Amino acid sequence: MSVRRSLPYLLLVPSVAYLLIFFASPMVQAVGLAFTSTTGEWGLSSLSAMVSDDRFWPAVWTTVILLVVLLPIQLALALVMSMIVTGRLRGKGFWLYVFLLPLGVSELGAGILWYSIFVEQGWLNTVLQAVGIVDRPVLWLDYREPWRVIGTIVVAEAWRSTSLLVIILVGGLRAIPRDYLEAADVFHAGQWQRMRHVVLPMLRPTIRTALIVRVVLAFEVFATVIALGGTATDTLATQANRAYTEFQDAHLASAYGLVILVVSLVAVGIVLAALPTHKERGE
Amino acid sequence: MGVSRRDALRLGLGTAALGVLSACALDTSGAPGGVGSGGLVFYSTQLSTTEEAESVRRQILAGFGQPVQFTADPSTTKMLDRVRAEARAGTSNLALIGALQGEHATLWKEGLLRDMTDVVESLGDRGFTSRYLDLARFDGRYAFVPWISASYLMAARREALEFLPAGADLQALTYAQLLDWTRAIQQATGSARFGLPAGENGLLKRFLQGYAYPSFTGGVNTTFASPEAVGMWAWLRQIWDTANPQSVTYGFMQEPLLTGEVWVAWDHAVRLVDALQTRPDDIVSFPAPTGPRGLGYLPVLGGLSIPKAVADPQPSIDLIRHLTDPARVSTTLRTVAWFPPQDLAAIPGGLPPGVGQEAETLQRMVGTPGAVASSLAVGLGGQSGAYDKVFTDTFRGIVLDAGDVRGTLATQAAALQGVLDTAQARCWAPDPLGEGVCRVG
Repeated sequence: MSVRRSLPYLLLVPSVAYLLIFFASPMVQAVGLAFTSTTGEWGLSSLSAMVSDDRFWPAVWTTVILLVVLLPIQLALALVMSMIVTGRLRGKGFWLYVFLLPLGVSELGAGILWYSIFVEQGWLNTVLQAVGIVDRPVLWLDYREPWRVIGTIVVAEAWRSTSLLVIILVGGLRAIPRDYLEAADVFHAGQWQRMRHVVLPMLRPTIRTALIVRVVLAFEVFATVIALGGTATDTLATQANRAYTEFQDAHLASAYGLVILVVSLVAVGIVLAALPTHKERGE
Repeated sequence: MGVSRRDALRLGLGTAALGVLSACALDTSGAPGGVGSGGLVFYSTQLSTTEEAESVRRQILAGFGQPVQFTADPSTTKMLDRVRAEARAGTSNLALIGALQGEHATLWKEGLLRDMTDVVESLGDRGFTSRYLDLARFDGRYAFVPWISASYLMAARREALEFLPAGADLQALTYAQLLDWTRAIQQATGSARFGLPAGENGLLKRFLQGYAYPSFTGGVNTTFASPEAVGMWAWLRQIWDTANPQSVTYGFMQEPLLTGEVWVAWDHAVRLVDALQTRPDDIVSFPAPTGPRGLGYLPVLGGLSIPKAVADPQPSIDLIRHLTDPARVSTTLRTVAWFPPQDLAAIPGGLPPGVGQEAETLQRMVGTPGAVASSLAVGLGGQSGAYDKVFTDTFRGIVLDAGDVRGTLATQAAALQGVLDTAQARCWAPDPLGEGVCRVG
């Protein structure tokens, strides 16, 4: 093959090498760790230890619950926010800035921020007591009320990561040809009809991309959960983190990582199946 | 068709640029011998908060003749991984390690540390107490130089003191009196105001290992599932009912004490000192309570060691001399509130108020008749995390999940024995010392 023809492939070599060395190789090693015990023997002992841990299934359910609750909330919020930013409202540039601000806050920073809001002597209780809605501080982070704690995590995560969906959806909205919207106006379609019959179908591929990104990242959330739920609320990611940093068990941590990988792939598959493209539907 | 000269030039420039950029991205700090472009690399698992690390860089290390790059990370795992990796590579970027006694024991067991006997003997003028020198010795040799020490104690807001049980002496409480006290506070205020650091970075496990178990049972591993341990867990369940449920999020107790979410707390001295220094008139420290088998407490010792792979240890030894110098010891005490492993009366300049209160409390605790000094787990090697997990899992099973005490203890005792068997660890204080693997009772 001449150098000219092989040039594109040669230029890909650094990226491929980088991916192989810094992603593929550690991933293979991590999978290997998951299938070896702390004494170095191959087998399912690390995976078995993970599954038989009392905290494993609660971590799985909490992870799934957070995902199922967060996803529709964030998608709806992101749609509204992106419609505001791409619409004809005055000051939409300002709103874009406000909506994207959380992107500049790290996950740990967001966890600490929302902790200071929800903690017993925090901002929320101070405001509620000042306006007379409550007489005594509410224990928002009371682990004995798990749904209350999950609620705080949902609020914190919705604030922190909806902006990522906004960015993706704004791009998709701006890509919708104006002809379709003008045609809807010609046929006197109302706002809801425009949304349902023109915008959402055209936005379908973008929504699919946004959901895939959000689903994958949702399984990695742990700093917010640790900050608000402490040691009484477990997700797969917090368990993986705890296994490595606190219990120094790289095998157990890798086992959790493997489960996160598999569950992420399954969830992405569900999204792909639920929102097929025109080609996949044979249209 | 061949390659044009323009294409060949582009390809060549691109490759050269890639090489230059890659070279710029290489880490150039830490050549063999522990001296990098940033000077000596001093890696510590202690003093890792932002304020502490800045105090070390700006004040404690000030005046040392060479630049020192201080890196602090509380993760034992990361420290062990780094030292092991550098040993395998045959070189050491780290010139000096600051770590706890148990962490040094792991490194020593794996043959990763330089024998520090000559250094300790040359520092005879520092006046290290014999108790701490004993902790620094493994297999008859010194693995590290004693550097900083602390322990755990209790603190309370003054408004809590009016609810002390009749006849109770704050400086000599029993665990039963502590429970009565926290119950009285809860009844009077309608809020649970006791606090334990049961959060992600909290040291609840040390409370269980070094305080509750020794005080109630006289041991820890050998009495793990004993009848006395059942009584201890029953007590813990009761006092947890008087604890602020946000305790599962608390890593350091000084903040909840300052905000008033907690009125009575137990924690590491360093994690309470801010509260004592900020409000010395409103918050008081006092010794941990006494149980049926005495006052169990856990002295904590941090030390300085040199990786065996360091080619030239002299700069590291000079840094150790600097850090253990009396003036530096005084600065360490003042800035980060870690006590020296030496006689406090010999510290130049006296003690600031909050730190002074802690020093008195610690001396009172150590001097209490029947005080039982525990040791941090020794000889567990890579199993120290699994060891701690047994205690946190037991706490979760019995206290948080209200599980059956005896059943949970039986299950966790088996897990604990597995950890000790894997590590081939002998018993350590307060369990009876002996040969062979420690047996869980």
